[in-house]
Amino acid sequence: MFNVQCSMNYKYFPHTEDDLQAMLAKVGVKSLDELYAQIPDNIRFKGDYQIPSEMSEIEVRRLFEKLGSQNHQMTCFAGYGVYDHYMPAVVPSLLQRSEFLTSYTPYQAEISQGTLHYIFEYQSMMAELTGMDISNASMYDGTTACAEAMMMAVAAGKKVNKVLVSETLNGDIRKVLDTYALHQGIELETIAEKDGVTDLSDLKARLAEGGVAGVIVQQPNAVGIIEDFTGFADACHENKALFIMDSVAADLAVLKTPGEWGADIAVGDGQSLGIPMQFGGPYVGYMCCTEKLIRKMPGRIVGMTKDNRGQRAFVLTLQAREQHIRRQKATSNICSNQSLMALFVTIYMSLMGKLGLKEAAQLSYAGAHYFCDKLLATGKFHLVYDKPFFNEFLVRYDGDVDELFKFYMMNGILPGLKMSDGSLLIAVTEKRTKEEIDQFVALLPLAHGVG
Amino acid sequence: MSKVIEGLYYSESHEFVRVEGDFGFVGITDYAQNALGNVVYVDMPEVDDEVTAGEEFGAVESVKAASDLISPVSGTVVEVNDALEDTPELINQDAFENWIIKVELSDKADLDNLMDAKAYAAFCEK
Amino acid sequence: MNNRLYGNLIFELSKEGRKGYNLPKNNYGDYEIPASMRRAEDAALPECDELTVVRHYTNLSNNNFGVDTGFYPLGSCTMKYNPKINEEMAALPQFQNLHPKQPTATVKGAQALVTLLEKSLCELTGLAHFTFKPYAGAHGELTGLMTIDNYHRSRGDMARKKVIVPDSAHGTNPASAAVCGLEIIEVNSSQDGLVDLEDLERLVSLEGPNIAAMMMTNPNTLGLFETSIPMIAKLIHDCGGLMYYDGANLNPMLGACRPGDMGFDVMHINLHKTFSTPHGGGGPGSGPVGVREGLQEFFPFVSPYQGNYAVMMRAYAYICSLGRENVKLVGPLATLNANYIKESLKDVYELPIDELCCHEFVFDGLKDKSTGVTTMDVAKRLLDYGYHAPTIYFPLLFHESLMIEPTENESKETLDGFIAVMRQIAEEAKTDPDLVKSAPHNTPIGRVDDVLAAKHPITTYKQMKNEQG
Repeated sequence: MFNVQCSMNYKYFPHTEDDLQAMLAKVGVKSLDELYAQIPDNIRFKGDYQIPSEMSEIEVRRLFEKLGSQNHQMTCFAGYGVYDHYMPAVVPSLLQRSEFLTSYTPYQAEISQGTLHYIFEYQSMMAELTGMDISNASMYDGTTACAEAMMMAVAAGKKVNKVLVSETLNGDIRKVLDTYALHQGIELETIAEKDGVTDLSDLKARLAEGGVAGVIVQQPNAVGIIEDFTGFADACHENKALFIMDSVAADLAVLKTPGEWGADIAVGDGQSLGIPMQFGGPYVGYMCCTEKLIRKMPGRIVGMTKDNRGQRAFVLTLQAREQHIRRQKATSNICSNQSLMALFVTIYMSLMGKLGLKEAAQLSYAGAHYFCDKLLATGKFHLVYDKPFFNEFLVRYDGDVDELFKFYMMNGILPGLKMSDGSLLIAVTEKRTKEEIDQFVALLPLAHGVG
Repeated sequence: MSKVIEGLYYSESHEFVRVEGDFGFVGITDYAQNALGNVVYVDMPEVDDEVTAGEEFGAVESVKAASDLISPVSGTVVEVNDALEDTPELINQDAFENWIIKVELSDKADLDNLMDAKAYAAFCEK
Repeated sequence: MNNRLYGNLIFELSKEGRKGYNLPKNNYGDYEIPASMRRAEDAALPECDELTVVRHYTNLSNNNFGVDTGFYPLGSCTMKYNPKINEEMAALPQFQNLHPKQPTATVKGAQALVTLLEKSLCELTGLAHFTFKPYAGAHGELTGLMTIDNYHRSRGDMARKKVIVPDSAHGTNPASAAVCGLEIIEVNSSQDGLVDLEDLERLVSLEGPNIAAMMMTNPNTLGLFETSIPMIAKLIHDCGGLMYYDGANLNPMLGACRPGDMGFDVMHINLHKTFSTPHGGGGPGSGPVGVREGLQEFFPFVSPYQGNYAVMMRAYAYICSLGRENVKLVGPLATLNANYIKESLKDVYELPIDELCCHEFVFDGLKDKSTGVTTMDVAKRLLDYGYHAPTIYFPLLFHESLMIEPTENESKETLDGFIAVMRQIAEEAKTDPDLVKSAPHNTPIGRVDDVLAAKHPITTYKQMKNEQG
C-alpha cells in the first residue's frame, strides 16, 4: 500500500525516496505498511478518508474567504461576558513571534525564561488588578475559572459541600457550575435577587443553615449592575465560608476590587483586556487568591528563584499540586493554561498601563451612560432596575423588541442581546462612538413597522 | 539503606508511631523522606482534629512529589509540630526525630495492625 | 543576543508619566464613576512607551525555544510544525470580530466551518458526533468522562463510578476522573508493555457492575499498539462499561487505524497535537470530544460557546491543506521517524522493550549508568546542543524514562543530527560525566533552584519588592 517508489512529495513531509530507502533499511522493514503489521487486519484502516482533497494555499484562502463572506461584522452593542474592546496593534505583532507561539509548556526552565518571565509579569498584574495577593498562570476562561473556585472552596473547607451562588450571576457561568457540581456531588443553592442585586438577608439566612463552603457573586452582575457588597465578606467569614467574586477584568481598573471587598478568591475572564471576540474563544480565565490559599489553588504558578550561576530566574513551582504529580489527588485536572492569551493581556496591560486601562474603562462607562440617557429621553425605553451600572445596562422597550432587533441588524448594528423576558441588554465600550450612538437614536422612529 | 528504629510501629504507607503512655507521635520514616526528596511543605491538621487509622490526615510535599499522610492510629490531635511550618526540611534531616503530630490514642488495638521494626525493614527490602 | 536592560521586569522599565497608548477623546460629557464605587488606589500597572514594551517582549522571546527554532523530541506532545497559513486564516476579521451570541443568520460561515470540521474529524476517527466545547486536552478528558457518567445516570445505573486506567497512564487521566467524581482503578502492564489481559479480566470480574469505563490511549504511552484492543473493548462492553480513548497519541493512527473501529465509544482529540495548532507556551489548545451514535445527547455543558473557535479554524485549515491524499501518510512517516531514532540509539541507551514502536518510544536512561549520569542530566546537556529535551521521567513504569517522539515533519538530517548529539552525550557521560551532570552551560540560565521556589514561593513583583524591602 505504501509503495517506497511513490514519492512523499508534500510540503510538510521532507522524506525523499532516498531517505525512505535508508530509513526503512535501518528499521528493518520493507515498507511503511510493515510498520503497522501488529494491527489486527480487521480494524486496519485501508483506502482513503472521505475528507476534501488536498488544497493549495490559494484554495484554502478562497474557501475561508467564501465562508467569511457569509458572516456579518456588526457595530456591536452586545455584551453579557464578551465585549468588543480595542486591541492595540502591538499585541498581535508580538504574539506572532514564533518563540512565543510555537513553544511548549515551560517545563525546561533553562530554555523557557521568555515564557516564565511573562507569566510572572501576568501574575503580578492580575494580583494588582484584583487587589489580591496571589494569581495563578491563568485558566481556560472565566466560566471554568469560576467552577474551579467552587471546587477549591469545597476542597479547602472541612467536610462541607454546599456553595451558594447569587441569582444575579451570568446564566452561562451558572450552567458550567451546575455541570461541575453535578459530578462532584456539590450542592448549589441560589441566593435570591432583590431589585436586581443579591439579597444580603437571604444570603445570611442560608449561611446560618450551615454547611456552606463558598459564596459566589459577580461584579458587575450579569445585567451590568454594580452591586454593593458591604457585609458580604463578613457574613461569609463568620460562617467559615469563602467569599468568591467573579469580575470583568477591565472594569477593575476603576471599580472597587475583590480584594477591597474582602474576597478570598477572585476569578473572571480577561477577554475584556483587548482580546477579540473570535466567535467564542480563545479567551483567558484568571484566578487570584489570598496568600493563605496559595497551595489550594489549581493551575500553574511561576515563582522567582536563582539559577546555579546566581542569576535571577523563573520556574514553574508548587507543581506537587498539579496533575502530573498528584494525579488523582490533584487540586484540579487542568494541564495547560491559556499561556499565549495570558501573554496577550500582559502586553495589553503593559501598553495601556495604569492610566490607559482607566481611560478605556471611563470611556466605556461614559458611553454607556450617555446612550442610556438618550434612550430614556425618547420615552420608549425604561431601565429595568433603578441601580448603578458600569458599561452595560438592561432596558425594556415599549414596542416589539423583535422588530426593533431585526431593524437594527439590517442596518449593520447589533443592538444588544435579547434576554428571555424580552428585555434588552446593551453594552458600550471604548470602540463605540458618540456618532454611532446618536445614529442609533436617530434611526429609532423608523424601527417599528418593519417587515 | 534507610534507618529503621526499634520499638516503633510502622505502616505500609511509611508512617511511624512512637508510643508514650496514652499518646502516639506520628511522622514519616527515613525511607519516605528519602523517596520524596527535599521536603518543601507539610500540610498539617489542627489541634483538636480527629484522626482515623487508615485515613488521610495531611500531606507532605517535595518539589517532585506530594504524598498523603495516612494515619496509622485513631484519636485526637493534641499537638502539631509547628517547627515544620517554617523549616519543613527538618524531616529530611531526621525523619524520626521530627514527628508531625502528637495523638491521644483512642484505641490502642490499632497498633496491632502495624509492623514492628524488623517486619518494616523486611517490607522495605521488597 | 540579549540586551540586559530589556530583560528586566516590565515594572522595572516603567516610569511615571510615560504612556504607551492613545484612545479617542471622551466627548460624551460629564459622566464620572461615583467615588463610593471606585477602588481606593490605581492598580500599580506599568507606565511605558510603546517602543520599550516592544523591545522588552521581543527580548524575552529570544530566551525561548519554539518548534520554529529547533527540534522538540517530546514524547506524548506531538510538537509538529504550526503552518502559517493557519495563522492567517484564524486572523481573518470576518471571523475574528464575531460576537458568539450574534443571531445565527449573521454567522452562517462560522457555523458552516464547525460542521465541516466535525465531519472531517468523524471521518478520521470513525465516530459519529463531536462537541468542540472543551478548551484543552484535559478539559476534553473531563468532558468525555462526564458524557459517560451522564449516560450511566440516564439509565439509572448509579453504581458505575470506577474507571479502569493502565498503570502507564498520563497524570491528567486520574485527575480528570477525580474531578468527575469517579474513582480510578489501575490495571497492570505486562512485561511486553501492554495491558495485562489477565489482570484486566480479574478486575472486570471483581468490579463488573461498578465499571463506568476504561480509559486508555492506543498506541499506549510506551508507543506500543495495544493489539488486544478488540478483546479489551469486548471485556469492557460485556460488563456494561464504555471505552474511552485518550487522543494524545492519535498522530500515528492517521492512516493506520481509527479509534471508532478499535471499539472506542468516546474520545477526545488534542487539536494542538495531532492537528498542528500551536502550543503557545502552554495553551490555548482545544480538546473536542467525539462519541459514537447515541451518546451525543449526553454531552455536558462545560463552556458557553463553541470552544476555542480560533484554534478550530487553524485545525480545519490544516486538514484542508493536507487533504485526503496526505493525511494518511502522517502516521506512517511519524512512525518511521520514531523507529529510525530508536534503532540508531538502542546500543547506547537502555531500551526496555525492543519492539516496533509507533510514533514514540521510551528509553530507560543510558545503558551505561556507571558514572551516575541520569536522564535529567542527559536532558539538560541536550539543551546545550540546541535541542529541546525529550519527555523525562514519564511514564512512571521506568525509573529513568526518556520518551522520544519525532513528528512526521522532521527530516532525516534533523534526526541524524539529534542521533549524533545523543551519542555524543552518551560518550561524554563516560569520559567527562561532570560536564553532563552540571549542564546546561550554553543556555541563558543554568539549572534553577526549584527547592527554594517551592519552599518560599515569590510569585508577584510586589512580593519580590517586599522581600527585598
